[in-house]
Amino acid sequence: MSALTQSTPGAAQSDAAPEKELRPPSYWPFVVPALVVVLAIIIFPWVFTIWMSLNEWKVGSSTTFVGVSNYLRLTSDPRFIEAIGHTLVYTALSVLLPLVLGTFAAVVFHQKFPGRGFLRGVFIMPMMATPVAIALVWTMMFHPQLGVLNYLLSLVGIPAQLWVFHPATVIPSLVLVETWQWTPLVMLIVLGGLAAIPTEPYESAQIDGASVWQVFRFITLPLIMPFLFIAGMIRMIDAVKSFDIIFAITQGGPGSASETINIYLYSVAFSYYDLGYGSAIAVVFFLLIILLAAVMLYARQRMVWTEIESGA
Amino acid sequence: MSPRQILGQIGLWLSVFVIVSPAILFFLWMLSLSLKFEIDNAAYPPVFIPEHVAWKNYADVLASNRFLTYFINSLIVTGSATLLALLVGVPAGYGIARMAAHKSAIVILIARITPGLSYLIPLFLMFQWLGLLGTLVPQIIIHLVVTVPIVIWIMIGYFETTPMELEEAALIDGASRWQVFRHVALPIAKPGIAVAFILAVIFSWNNFVFGIVLAGRETRTLPVAVYNMISFDQLSWGPLAAAALIVTLPVLLLTVFAQRQIVAGLTAGAVKGG
Repeated sequence: MSALTQSTPGAAQSDAAPEKELRPPSYWPFVVPALVVVLAIIIFPWVFTIWMSLNEWKVGSSTTFVGVSNYLRLTSDPRFIEAIGHTLVYTALSVLLPLVLGTFAAVVFHQKFPGRGFLRGVFIMPMMATPVAIALVWTMMFHPQLGVLNYLLSLVGIPAQLWVFHPATVIPSLVLVETWQWTPLVMLIVLGGLAAIPTEPYESAQIDGASVWQVFRFITLPLIMPFLFIAGMIRMIDAVKSFDIIFAITQGGPGSASETINIYLYSVAFSYYDLGYGSAIAVVFFLLIILLAAVMLYARQRMVWTEIESGA
Repeated sequence: MSPRQILGQIGLWLSVFVIVSPAILFFLWMLSLSLKFEIDNAAYPPVFIPEHVAWKNYADVLASNRFLTYFINSLIVTGSATLLALLVGVPAGYGIARMAAHKSAIVILIARITPGLSYLIPLFLMFQWLGLLGTLVPQIIIHLVVTVPIVIWIMIGYFETTPMELEEAALIDGASRWQVFRHVALPIAKPGIAVAFILAVIFSWNNFVFGIVLAGRETRTLPVAVYNMISFDQLSWGPLAAAALIVTLPVLLLTVFAQRQIVAGLTAGAVKGG
């Protein structure tokens, strides 16, 4: 790499010519190796996926160009439409619950107490642990007869549940795992926001005798709003794509009750080896994530605008 | 302390307890499952601390020669993918930060948004055509999808905060851009590189989706190996939990000992691949 850097004309010229004009080209050699890698493993797969989605492309048989018919097939595929519904429900819950709990956790970890650093480390362990390993233990805990969760419920007098083994409770149960796993990320982002808040508003609120809730609602919450938005956005992107937990615990079952788009995409591409149709799902899936992000961005802008208008 | 302060303290500790206990209880239960014989694991009401500790569960997992193979596979895949990512990603982060080429970060964002399976379909075909399936190479390459964006993203952020004065002085003294990078910028960036390294290692080690498609019997990484144990050993929870704990233990230890770096990296970029 050093030979590459030194032999480029940009680097040689910068000795003689004025610095500012030539700075941009001279840094390019640093970026080129990564550019090659990104082109090969990110850009190329994308272009190729779009091309494949326009073809009838099955492993082991010849390919034929079919235009948009894979996309048309999606519109009348009940399993795909059902998967969109599952994905939206799963995502909405997996954004909202960690946001609420994570904000609460951030407010608590913003206080000073002995052992805070260590406990924060323990708190973020679920997010860093290997998802498949976690999923395995949750599966055992969900077990209707031998699982510890039903035992815990029985202690407080709640009847035993079927958890991930019943179509009606499977998505909430998976959201429970997702929330347990990713609340720490929201906490860390909001904690960063809390650290940036000035102390003056709190001092004057204390003088005015505001309650803890009032302080949170009218001072803290508006100030951490931008951070909550970022956390919500990241959470949305991750929840839509969630794969490991769902696949390892239910594989989309029982039946297809927890089959999200990502799980269906896996089945189409790597169980049925229908790569053309799978590529079409991948493209639509990506567009859906972009659309959801745009909606959130729009909602955020609207909210800021109403806040300014109402003078809050 | 006034009564109000005492109440506040009680409330605080109660909140801390409520927040932290799901994590603590989960991992303790995982440990408990892994140390019990089948009789205790099938007992109702559940046994938390068994009378007889089943160290055998761990011995069984470690003794199976396949497990060692999978462990080495994981080491090779994560190690190679992380080192390659540092090799191309650290200079790239430097270049992008110094050129202030913020638009190039859009590619990283697209990579962040794209579901891991989308990469798998075309790359799976490529690997098939190149005859690479059955070796660890496809997994190393595809793990770059996870590690490269993490490293570039964190290094852009880090190099933007390091001072320019020293670098400019070195340039005026006649050093080449490469020399400046190698002898001035790189030594200052060590903490940033540590953050990028740790996060890349963790997310590559944890990755499951790439392995489930690309790994054959001999080329499984640990998460895939553990997943495959589920279907075959449905009923023996002890060894399963022991295997799960062994797989995730390196990551948990890293989380505890490198907490500061992880928190810094996650709040800066919040990058997660796959």
